[in-house]
Amino acid sequence: MELNSRIPAGPVDEKWSRHRFEMKLVNPANKRKHKVIVVGSGLAGAAASATMAELGYDVDCFCFQDSPRRAHSIAAQGGINAAKNYQADGDSVQRLFYDTVKGGDFRAREANVHRLAEISLNIIDQCVAQGVPFAREYGGNLANRSFGGAQVSRTFYARGQTGQQLLLGAYQALEKEVRSGKVRMHTRHEMLDLVLIDGRARGIVTRDLMNGAIESWAADAVVLATGGYSNVFFLSTNAKGCNVTAIWRAHRRGAGFANPCFTQIHPTCIPPSGDYQSKLTLMSESLRNDGRIWVPVKQGDTRPPKDIPEAERDYYLERHYPSFGNLAPRDIASRRAKEAVDEGRGVGPSGVGVYLDFRDSIGRLGRDVIAERYGNLFDMYANITGENPYEVPMRIYPAPHYTMGGLWVDYNLMSTVPGLHVAGEANFSDHGANRLGASALMQGLADGYFILPLTIGDYIARMKPDDVDTSHPAFADVEREVREQAERLLSINGSRTVNDFHRELGALMWEYCGMARSEEGLRTALRKIPELREQFWRDVRVPGGAATLNQSLEHAGRVADFLEFAELMCYDALDRDESCGGHFRVEHETAEGEARRDDERFAHASVWEFTGVGNTPKKHREELTFESVQLAQRSYK
Amino acid sequence: MKLKLHVWRQNGPGNEGRFEDYVAENVSEHMSFLEMLDVVNEQLIARGDEPIAFDHDCREGICGSCGFMINGEPHGPLPSTTVCQLHMRNYRDGDELWIEPWRATAFPVIRDLIVDRSPLDRIVQAGGYISVRTGSAPEANNIAVPKANADLAMDAAECIACGACVAACPNASAMLFTGAKVTHLGALPQGQPERYTRVVEMVTMHDDEGFGHCTNHGACQTACPKNIKVDYIGRLNADLRKAKFRHPAG
Ligand SMILES: Cc1cc2nc3c(=O)[nH]c(=O)nc-3n(C[C@H](O)[C@H](O)[C@H](O)COP(=O)(O)OP(=O)(O)OC[C@H]3O[C@@H](n4cnc5c(N)ncnc54)[C@H](O)[C@@H]3O)c2cc1C
Ligand code: FES
Repeated sequence: MELNSRIPAGPVDEKWSRHRFEMKLVNPANKRKHKVIVVGSGLAGAAASATMAELGYDVDCFCFQDSPRRAHSIAAQGGINAAKNYQADGDSVQRLFYDTVKGGDFRAREANVHRLAEISLNIIDQCVAQGVPFAREYGGNLANRSFGGAQVSRTFYARGQTGQQLLLGAYQALEKEVRSGKVRMHTRHEMLDLVLIDGRARGIVTRDLMNGAIESWAADAVVLATGGYSNVFFLSTNAKGCNVTAIWRAHRRGAGFANPCFTQIHPTCIPPSGDYQSKLTLMSESLRNDGRIWVPVKQGDTRPPKDIPEAERDYYLERHYPSFGNLAPRDIASRRAKEAVDEGRGVGPSGVGVYLDFRDSIGRLGRDVIAERYGNLFDMYANITGENPYEVPMRIYPAPHYTMGGLWVDYNLMSTVPGLHVAGEANFSDHGANRLGASALMQGLADGYFILPLTIGDYIARMKPDDVDTSHPAFADVEREVREQAERLLSINGSRTVNDFHRELGALMWEYCGMARSEEGLRTALRKIPELREQFWRDVRVPGGAATLNQSLEHAGRVADFLEFAELMCYDALDRDESCGGHFRVEHETAEGEARRDDERFAHASVWEFTGVGNTPKKHREELTFESVQLAQRSYK
Repeated sequence: MKLKLHVWRQNGPGNEGRFEDYVAENVSEHMSFLEMLDVVNEQLIARGDEPIAFDHDCREGICGSCGFMINGEPHGPLPSTTVCQLHMRNYRDGDELWIEPWRATAFPVIRDLIVDRSPLDRIVQAGGYISVRTGSAPEANNIAVPKANADLAMDAAECIACGACVAACPNASAMLFTGAKVTHLGALPQGQPERYTRVVEMVTMHDDEGFGHCTNHGACQTACPKNIKVDYIGRLNADLRKAKFRHPAG
């Protein structure tokens, strides 16, 4: 596996414009003869499909939901960053670049991050022109807020539904191209494998979820924009359908997987309430602006919170981080909550949770101000828990939320398989070991609207024309494998449900490869995962048939892939013998309990090559060099 | 608590459906409605039956995937709540629940509680967008948008296209859905150039897809989990009238 990052020469702030000039162009008259497959209709996939269609390419776009508008991006709440500096508070492309590299704990590629910060400006222009109803000030200009601990106000938002509105903008642009006939939208279609011909990605095999039909699709280039893999933990803030299948199948066919252990745990989620729990709900991080986080000083203190006197409360974030307090970065806030729970100081019926208390801010600002700021969040919390957060402190606990790891891509967003491009959360590119709040939406749209449509053109322009279509025998071979897998799953007829296996895998990953990881724990996981996988293939029960809508079969395929992928995640976490960003190895902490990076040994992206199920994967490295931002230890004290 | 369920089961689009009876036992008040069905499904699988199929994804009330009738009410009894956000504490031990899919000619049943809502996408295709080529947009703050317009646009844009409005309407009309998009885009300066062609094309598509006409029942607004207002249908009609005067040729 060869890793050529294809970073253009020149100073970091000129690389993208130079590169744009140096890219080859496809003759406009020929574009319609070139087919591109886009798997995914979230921000990245919808934006890429719409833009490539506008440019003239012939696009097939796929999603597993019944409408492209339901992609998981719809659920993003908080906002999207852009270095517009509308607040004149000292923001700039340079500062957004710097914050993102530093926030990622120096594990991202500088050139990509700078490009992202540059493009952030165009994204806002594009979205506003499409009619995205961003929040505005009374004068009619766009409003901003500060988010996720940033010291400037650069986050644009549409109430608490920013992802929804951005996705609807991209969806509408996509549907316009569906009408014009340049995009064929295939809803309720799941990609189950990638097809390579002469080493290049030339198509995919899908299952039509309505009737089980297995079909082949050929193209000149394939884009995967299939989102993140947080559901390897079973319980996460992601939508139930989010999965690793598309990128895992591509990995099995030769695409390098980068930094799979870089996952982000979000500190403010509603704790699980019982063993039927199916997912976790994120409560916006903005709550930390006015809520104070605490647990009882004493272990096993079951008194109601109002009966616990001030002196017996431990506001642990304020205690550890006097200057950032409750606004400490996500990974730190999450780890400290786990620590409190592990010490037996957790709250709520299960003891898994910490308080987020608005008593003081309600006292200071009044109930109305708090209601105005967070009313809908309070209602949502009350609806889910049955408790009134104006009276009783909220209970929160960290939950898996975002995955920085993904398929390795070069500067053109192309994976190690020629022709296979990867965009959005599915790639590993811009966030290093930790993603800043409001930066995923920015990256998805940067990839989809502004980068891929150009870099794919460069790839296609350099390709020799041929007449590959789905009659090529490679398609039939892959179709057969896909059918066999479905038949195999249906024929086991064992004693445990798919959900049951998924839940067990999730619990195992949360325990050993979650917020805090140790060599011993990871070795245990690496022993247990293959056992669980073996049990799955022996004892799973998938009811129903192959030729109908069968949600158990869909889920079974995804869990089968998670069961292979989980092992890779643990290998990576074990190999990365340092702590950085969201990856915390208990062996590497500073005296204050913070992550201790090891830049000597680990200033690289770990890129894994598939060597067969159950075999140790092969590691390659992309060394990271920092020319514009100086390597420094994060400090939020 | 223990509940008695009557659930619509139908194998495929052309097949005949029927209600099947199930008992949901040990239902915790903290479960969501879909989690209650998850538990029932696990039991069905364990005893060798096929689980109840229903659409769902985000389970946070935002993707619009979920939705079915509970005792004749779209998304169940709570106002402004999708079925994935409906919690079992709203029910009592011994309750009897009739669970069935959206009923509308334009939304054929695919299986059990799942219906085909693709006509809603086609209404958007007909004109529910602002045409702007990627990269050609002007600087965002060049056009100020009065806050009231931005807020109105946002109110209308909150629609999640779940289809509850259609299911609630005696005429199975999708006018609330269509009106919401027409209002969202029509409230913004960016949406003006295509405003009148948009409304005509979207309404034409709405009718062609087999949705009924709006006769002002207002059941859609009551059923809507996102507080989309019937006023938007009024705005749509106003635009439609203007469109006919201003662009008599269509
Ligand atoms: C609750 C929540 C809140 C968030 N809030 C914010 C925020 O405020 N700001 C921010 O910047 N980020 C936020 N994020 C992160 C952000 O929403 C995501 O990272 C981003 O939307 C991912 O977009 P995407 O286009 O890469 O993928 P997605 O939106 O996940 O789309 C994936 C697409 O791929 C399709 N797909 C997947 N697998 C297959 C397959 N095998 N076959 C066919 N199709 C497939 C799906 O159907 C879907 O269309 C939030 C995330 C969550 C969970
Ligand atoms: S599952 Fe997304 S709205 Fe209910």
